[in-house]
Amino acid sequence: MSFWHFLQQNWPELLQHLREHLWLVFISTLIAVAIGIPTGILLTRKKSLRSPVLGIANVMQTIPSLALFGFLIPLPFIGGIGARTAIVALVLYSLLPIIRNTVTGILGVDANVREAAVAMGMTGRQVLWQVELPLAMSVIITGVRVALVIAIGVTTIAAAVGAGGLGVFIFRGIRQFDNNLLLAGAVPAALLALIADFGLGLLEGRFSAVRRRKTATASRRKGFAVAAITAIAVALVTGIYLGSRDSGSHSAQSQKGHVVVGSKDFTESALLGEIVAQMLEARGMAVERNFELGGNLPHDALLAGKIDLYPEYTGTAYTAILKHPPVTDPRTVYEQVKKEYAEKFNVAVSEPLGFDNTFAILVRGAEARRLKLKTISDAVPYAQNWRAGFGQDFMSRADGYPGFVKAYGLKFAEQPREMDLSLTYIALASGKVDLIAGNSTEGRIAALDLFQLEDDRHYFPPYEAVYLVRNDSLSRLPALSEVLGKLAHAIPTEEMRQLNYEVDANKRGQAEVVREWLKRKGF
Amino acid sequence: MTESADKPLVEFRDVSFSHGSTPIISHLTFAVQQGETLVMLGESGSGKTTALKLINRLLLPNSGQVLVENKPTTEWDPIRLRRRTGYVIQEGGLFPHFTVEKNVGLVPALERWGEDKIKNRVNELLSIVGLEPNEFAGRYPGELSGGQRQRVGVARALAAEPPLLLLDEPFGALDPLTRASLQREFIDISKRLKKTAVFVTHDVREALLLGSRIGLMHKGELLLLETPENFLKSKNKQALAYQETLTLAPLNSDPVEGRA
Repeated sequence: MSFWHFLQQNWPELLQHLREHLWLVFISTLIAVAIGIPTGILLTRKKSLRSPVLGIANVMQTIPSLALFGFLIPLPFIGGIGARTAIVALVLYSLLPIIRNTVTGILGVDANVREAAVAMGMTGRQVLWQVELPLAMSVIITGVRVALVIAIGVTTIAAAVGAGGLGVFIFRGIRQFDNNLLLAGAVPAALLALIADFGLGLLEGRFSAVRRRKTATASRRKGFAVAAITAIAVALVTGIYLGSRDSGSHSAQSQKGHVVVGSKDFTESALLGEIVAQMLEARGMAVERNFELGGNLPHDALLAGKIDLYPEYTGTAYTAILKHPPVTDPRTVYEQVKKEYAEKFNVAVSEPLGFDNTFAILVRGAEARRLKLKTISDAVPYAQNWRAGFGQDFMSRADGYPGFVKAYGLKFAEQPREMDLSLTYIALASGKVDLIAGNSTEGRIAALDLFQLEDDRHYFPPYEAVYLVRNDSLSRLPALSEVLGKLAHAIPTEEMRQLNYEVDANKRGQAEVVREWLKRKGF
Repeated sequence: MTESADKPLVEFRDVSFSHGSTPIISHLTFAVQQGETLVMLGESGSGKTTALKLINRLLLPNSGQVLVENKPTTEWDPIRLRRRTGYVIQEGGLFPHFTVEKNVGLVPALERWGEDKIKNRVNELLSIVGLEPNEFAGRYPGELSGGQRQRVGVARALAAEPPLLLLDEPFGALDPLTRASLQREFIDISKRLKKTAVFVTHDVREALLLGSRIGLMHKGELLLLETPENFLKSKNKQALAYQETLTLAPLNSDPVEGRA
């Protein structure tokens, strides 16, 4: 499918994400301006505050956006999942350039001019509004311009906390190895950034032209003022319009009979989320989907009550959440997880769904056939010439990288590359790395001709798929127990891999694939 | 003005001012009479600009009193005091984002004069300082020459008819010819408008030309305060040094003698 064909087909969705994106950028920049400019003015008056405040704003900007989102989710009022969290994060990122340029702009006003203003008998307020702010305006606008471009970029990450925007396409594109999706997110975001930069560049030029010689005349200034006011008015109206749409779609959150289903940010998890979502919808419930939550975000969101349930793997819960050393007996792991989640988090664990998604140590199929590799032990002698690429998850978990290389006595040519899990498959298939740790039910294993090496030393603990559900959600929504009961032991490994394959390799919609599967199963 | 003519408009009474621990002005006592142009002459760092800023309360003395219209500056509302005091600095200190008209009409606008009254006043003032209102009112400072900017600066200082003008080396950055013509016009204007002015300069010729009296500042002290005639007769060491520059100048301009 060509990119243009793709755009034509997905036009309404693209427009929707574009609107979400614009709204997030607009509202967060507006708030950042409302906070940043007064703060900047204050800092020009109080010298002692200057370096601490600028320091804090500086540190804000260095926090990686995903980390900031993760930190915000469990916080009351400003946190959670959705637009609000994204806006808080975006405002924090936008503050520094605005504050810094306000300070620089005002302090940069010619001392003679300021002295003349005071000596003419202007009050402090008149000096600020009639002299300092107008003369600093082009520098301040430069700050807003930088903030705006940053916000447009960071907003693509907002999709990780379910705020929508063009990032939805990008995340989905990376996960599904689909360049059309990637481009559909990246190109409009880049265009937005260019347009915003250019537009504010013009505005900035007009303001600084006023200070320079020869060109400016009263009539041109008036024309400019009219244009600026019109532009602001249009932006405001658009913003309010988008705002009303946005709040309309989010206001249902706290209603009764309303379920929020979460999932992690990869296809299988989203499919498992979709399965429950459709079954609940078939029982007449309103379902909100908060899929594509990265890292430990779904766990935090569940405990914070932002979602009612999400699919998880017993081994992940056992080692990554409960921090136990890995063990290999599936029964022990399941029982322990069930007990501790009930005690610690008041969260129920469903019956296993019937398949195990363990780490799959993968190499290229051609390589495996050439070297006659079957097990991980077979690969050990070759590994010293190989590069490895692992997801952030695998590198940091107790049952991940450190124990894995120790158990097999593995050594690689260089320190493994740590990267996004979805990207590792592509990196392996294209020869950028030679060994990765994927998921055993990953649909792309067959699609990309990858080979799974057998875990002959039984290092990896069991990863049985289950749903984690808040106990209060179970008592609030009786239909939930019934649905989860039906799904117990209902999804064998082959079927899960097939579902993944339909979405990842055949590029079919999740909802459609799930609908067919439910029909076949008679649910 | 209701005060009698012999009462000084500005009076310094044993005024000292220091910046941190560095003394800038020490024990300054003198008075500025109604209608005179008092020139403060001195080299950089002599404290003459500081003395000027003490008058319109841009600075407050550490000890002693500065009185304007018989009232200590500490008791003046600084905004009222400054609006009654015209202030001209080098390059004029014009607001680059205001037109000439708005620059000149600034203090009247701050004083909430009516629009027509401001406009008439601006036109009148521009004519006084030799700028054709129709041509210059709509221009920005960036579109003016240095001399024109300085004229606008003087017009702005005169706008709300202040009884007192303070000028801090207003013509310092101009070329000699423009400076000479502005000096002549300043004499003309101050005679016509009967303004009281305190004029700061480091140029002894300018001081002799413009001052009804010359106050010689050196290292924060007032060495003498005399009419131009008496200044030229003074045997004070600093005054002699200034007198010498007047006589040396033509010698230096002679190529042969200058090299000897």
